[in-house]
Amino acid sequence: MNEIAETDRTPEVQVQVKNLVKHFVQRSGFLERNPGIVRAVDGVSFEIQRKRTLGLVGESGCGKTTIGRCVLRLLEPTAGEVTFEGVDVLGLSGRRLRRIRRDMQMVFQNPYSSLDPRMTVLNIVGEPLQTHTSLNHGRIRERVVELLEHVGMSGDHIYRYPHEFSGGQLQRIAVARALALNPKFLVLDEPTAALDVSVQAQVIAQLMQLQRDLDLTYLFISHNLTLVHYISDTIAVTYLGKIIEYAEADEIFDNPIHPYTQALLSATPSLDREFRQQRVILGGRVPDPANPPPGCVFHPRCPGTTDQCSKVEPHLVDVGGNHLVSCHL
Amino acid sequence: MDQPLVIVRDLRLQFRTYAGIVHALNGIDLEIYEQDMLGLVGETGCGKSMTGLSILGLVPRGGEIVSGSIRFRGEDLLTKPESYMQQVRGARIAMVFQDPATSLNPLFTVGQQLETVMQRHHPAAKNEMRDRALELLKVVELPDPARILDTYPHELSGGMKQRASIAIALSCGADLLIADEPTTDLDVTVQAQILDLLRRLRETQGIAILMITHDLSVVAETCQRVAVLYAGQVVESGPVDDVLFEAKHPYTRALLKASPKRSSRGQPLQAIPGTVPSGLQPLEGCSFAPRCPHAMEVCSQPPPRASVAPAHAVYCFLYTDAEGT
Repeated sequence: MNEIAETDRTPEVQVQVKNLVKHFVQRSGFLERNPGIVRAVDGVSFEIQRKRTLGLVGESGCGKTTIGRCVLRLLEPTAGEVTFEGVDVLGLSGRRLRRIRRDMQMVFQNPYSSLDPRMTVLNIVGEPLQTHTSLNHGRIRERVVELLEHVGMSGDHIYRYPHEFSGGQLQRIAVARALALNPKFLVLDEPTAALDVSVQAQVIAQLMQLQRDLDLTYLFISHNLTLVHYISDTIAVTYLGKIIEYAEADEIFDNPIHPYTQALLSATPSLDREFRQQRVILGGRVPDPANPPPGCVFHPRCPGTTDQCSKVEPHLVDVGGNHLVSCHL
Repeated sequence: MDQPLVIVRDLRLQFRTYAGIVHALNGIDLEIYEQDMLGLVGETGCGKSMTGLSILGLVPRGGEIVSGSIRFRGEDLLTKPESYMQQVRGARIAMVFQDPATSLNPLFTVGQQLETVMQRHHPAAKNEMRDRALELLKVVELPDPARILDTYPHELSGGMKQRASIAIALSCGADLLIADEPTTDLDVTVQAQILDLLRRLRETQGIAILMITHDLSVVAETCQRVAVLYAGQVVESGPVDDVLFEAKHPYTRALLKASPKRSSRGQPLQAIPGTVPSGLQPLEGCSFAPRCPHAMEVCSQPPPRASVAPAHAVYCFLYTDAEGT
């Protein structure tokens, strides 16, 4: 327990990820003789400062959800390092892993499937308290009511079941569950993808308020670049298991350097007249991560590809002002 | 462009459920012109998909259209028998669904599915239909169309499947294509490709498109006109630039403020207080009044249609003075 007590001196960097790799072995073929390897996450590094939000953006299959799960050790990474407040998360096991999990929680994309339909709200939100604390039933109920009020819901709802709520309310319940153990760090995996815009606005506002009130650190995963900007301090753009650009949120929007980021920005439908004209439409689609292209993973779709791109793999380079880009151009 | 292709008037659709009668559509008024691209936008449960299905005569079981008319080229489709509608569907009005993985049949190749539709409406010799199928796959810009004719849906990516289902929809020369959230399940870069394709098809194939979507930015990018739906009613309609940049109805404005925009980065998203009415109570007056910051006493009456600009209509009491009524 010593390391945990020591780190209470609140270091600036709360979560640090170094060279995270997650490969899935794909068994196929006759008698499973040709196991393919899906490189879902292929050498990802980033850090998140305390009370700040890192937005992780990318299309489906780029590994963003896998990154989120590896950071919490919901999936066992193939290689790499994850440190939380200076503690090596991957080296922990048993009691100490359980202890650190109280500080790191997750909100999943689809509240209709992440909340058990046969449990009451009291049991859903109270479950982490039952598992991790020795609170008695009455105290758990008090805490659940308090948590529901935190996320803007009435405490009267505790004996209801998930089917009695709307999508937005369910996602608030999921947030309340994630907050039950007073975590310091939340992974938010597309928390509003299943919601209508007006409800999405409510949930995002709520998350930002909670971050201020409870000093939370967020890893916000989404495919929606415009939305990520609202909540993030820094943004990492991922493509095929790699971070290809990383910068302050405004910098990504004002000065995108990587051709993929530029294409993503231009492909995102916009409600603003001034952004409507410029348009780069990418051909093709994200390649199969089981068989990634050589060199730069983006080169088959890149409008400015050169000979070098198909041979040499680029690395993240700081182009100034903590703006990292992985591109030869 | 003068005479609308489709005129929907006072369309009311109800569902009988154990909980009571659900009022799904409460008097929809719409016009779709030839070669038009009309966006039908609204949140979950506002009736946008039901409007599309009503036009096709595909209201799900338990649903009943209690009043209104849907005129397609002057004929009221609601008075026609099912056998007539079977001639209309696919041949004159076609539909593209949200999820191509479920709207395509996994057991048949793309070519077989195309030919089935053509066989039904324009039967021809087998090689002739195959040529036409090949042509259609080229129209929707699928690479290597000859190979794709013989592939099964599971061999195609999401974007390619959606292109294939657009090809099927176009196969019999329909005048109106109803696209129900055609890009919702796709990645943004693929979504941009499909939207771009639909935009061009409208011009090259001379087809009118009713684009059903929950995403205002998709409407802003692709459509010429838009109708905003709330609780089974059109609350505002008109040219896209007028409705999205000079929004009048309090709901349209609230929806725009809740949508993430690049120009308003840094400002908080504004949620709309309250929730959508359940549809179990019959609607009296303006459906948005309970959540509206400008609600007045008069809002308990059905809101009048007010023209705030040429072709830009708002169903709201706030604007009745604008035309001097």
